[in-house]
Amino acid sequence: MTGARDEVLGRIRTALGPDRRPAPEVHRHYRRSDGRPVAELLDVLTDRLEDYAATVLRCSPEAVGATVAAALDAGLGVGWAPAGVVVAPGLPAAWRPDGVSEDDGRPAVGLTAFAATVTGVAVAVAETGTLVLDGGARSGRRALSLLPDCLVCVVETGQVVGGVPEALARLDATAPLTMVSGPSATSDIELSRVEGVHGPRTLVVVLMG
Amino acid sequence: MTATSRPPTFLGLPTAQRPSLPTAPRGVGHLRGDRSFPDAARDALRDGQLRANLGHATSTIRAKRAAVVGEVPDWEELRQAGKALKQATMARLDELLVQLEEQVTARGGTVHWARDATEANEIVTRLVRATGADEVVKVKSMATQEIGLNEALEAAGIAAHETDLAELIVQLGEDEPSHILVPAIHKNRAEIREIFLRTMPQFAEPGAAAELTDEPRRLAMAARAHLRERFLRARVAVSGANFAVAETGTLAVVESEGNGRMCLTLPQTLITVMGIEKLVPTWQDLEVFLQLLPRSSTGERMNPYTSLWTGVTPGDGPQEFHLVLLDNGRTAVLADEVGREALHCIRCSACLNVCPVYERAGGHAYGSVYPGPIGAVLSPQLTGVEDNASLPYASSLCGACYDACPVAIDIPSILVHLRAEHVEAQQRTTPEAAAFRALSRAMSSPWLWRLAQRAAGLGRFLSRGGPTLPVALPPPASAWTRSRDLPTPPRETFTQAWAREHGR
Repeated sequence: MTGARDEVLGRIRTALGPDRRPAPEVHRHYRRSDGRPVAELLDVLTDRLEDYAATVLRCSPEAVGATVAAALDAGLGVGWAPAGVVVAPGLPAAWRPDGVSEDDGRPAVGLTAFAATVTGVAVAVAETGTLVLDGGARSGRRALSLLPDCLVCVVETGQVVGGVPEALARLDATAPLTMVSGPSATSDIELSRVEGVHGPRTLVVVLMG
Repeated sequence: MTATSRPPTFLGLPTAQRPSLPTAPRGVGHLRGDRSFPDAARDALRDGQLRANLGHATSTIRAKRAAVVGEVPDWEELRQAGKALKQATMARLDELLVQLEEQVTARGGTVHWARDATEANEIVTRLVRATGADEVVKVKSMATQEIGLNEALEAAGIAAHETDLAELIVQLGEDEPSHILVPAIHKNRAEIREIFLRTMPQFAEPGAAAELTDEPRRLAMAARAHLRERFLRARVAVSGANFAVAETGTLAVVESEGNGRMCLTLPQTLITVMGIEKLVPTWQDLEVFLQLLPRSSTGERMNPYTSLWTGVTPGDGPQEFHLVLLDNGRTAVLADEVGREALHCIRCSACLNVCPVYERAGGHAYGSVYPGPIGAVLSPQLTGVEDNASLPYASSLCGACYDACPVAIDIPSILVHLRAEHVEAQQRTTPEAAAFRALSRAMSSPWLWRLAQRAAGLGRFLSRGGPTLPVALPPPASAWTRSRDLPTPPRETFTQAWAREHGR
């Protein structure tokens, strides 16, 4: 193995030559922050999420619990069974509808037993309509937001940023990160977008503020 | 907005001798066609269905891309930053790869190096065998297509299941990919339905076929049902990577359907095959590429799913992670100061969708897994230009690819550069070279030139008043007229007109 490693690195050195061109300076003249007021960012996020067929329910911080229940009504239909809903282990108690299960760390494929998942997020990007889950206690492990067919994500006002650069700056690069922008979709048939393939086919976002 | 500052196409000055490094080996992988581009394209052009499918799909995506690029006020700044970041990466590629290796290793991954396709295939086969599995699920990956991994695994008795919808269509249809992003772009919905009905066991039951219409949503649902159980039982996944961050060891896969997440999350073992050029130096640099790629690729503000992972995370996802770093001719590309820009490509496929040649000829005509404008500059460099000699000519040099490229790769200039290299490498005198030598002699001598012009004027009688001559030249000059019309010679030459009007 060392043979191939040394050879590839040696080839790169040969290719670049003895007097290699210095790396050019990178000018970051693009937007790295967003001065828009929070209320406007929340509106942009809502618009972008809805544009990609997610459902957005906005609420006050006190009403999260009731709104999560309403989100499950929207995703599963009224009269859903609490036993079919699993939540991330770090989801605050006040956000959890009665009777739902917490992820117990069972083998990942066992999560297919659930119809819906409720998680928090690490950060949300207004301009692209993106939610980022970071594998932490509120977001849950990656399989949790993947296998159940309906995903409900709760986003706090302070988690919403304008653009991608601000979001990455808030994240731990070494965490298992998943960026979610709408329900699973494909453009593979005649390059037209169709929602709903292997990931959750329904995405409902509870947005505070 | 994107067409602001296009410098003139570099017209191929003599180039410094590049160091000779091994190119991608013959006999393995999918970088070489068995026919030249003009021959393959001629057949493709006769396929009306193919042209209709491509025209529909590329016009759809062009409109979507234009809309989402148009709403970004700093697109050109992002594009220039992307270009500079890729230049900076190439300038320190050795150093950054070593850094990536250290970071991945420190976080529980294992890094392997592969000089070429054969070695990469051997490494992956050995790793899969070590798990005892006889099948793998695959995330769509250009690198594994390039090296022919599926065939290598199959030869070793390991079934490789493609899980991306378009790759699945290609695999089930026993077809070849024809586009970087949507390998089944040459198939329309009705043709896809036919393939599914023929190959998916779920439709074998009498009456089951009636449930499948050609509505894209129904077709996507069929793929979900077909693959669900495979995802849940898979023990090994093979992926490519869109990006790797040297600073942190983070790998990124950008996708839409969730098949990538299934593969990257559920199996115990993950094997990622990545070209050595897919690197970016720092975590911050991803902020540029994660904005450029989705808008250029599927014409979305952001693709539905992006997975980022670093080594192994206990209790979350695969507990064994292998990263295979692939050369396969990339260092030979790096050795060319003009051509190395082709390594900046982030595989968005925007250049394919805007290319008038691609739109008509389709991806198969290029003979490589990398079709379209970027393929025309990348494939000949990975294989050596002698093995893909017709590709640098598979372009009208219109420059649309350059304008669309999110990292501003000057594809037209590289095409011209490669044409020059191809011409210089010719051992024997070609008819074209002989013709130009004769032309050069005629143009150096006033009386010879006048004679030639008068002789050409005799061709007018063939035109019957039309702007072009309805004839092909005899061989070997027929190679020239096969794809070009001969203009009708003018009634009089400029010199004659000048003499007539000015009385001299």
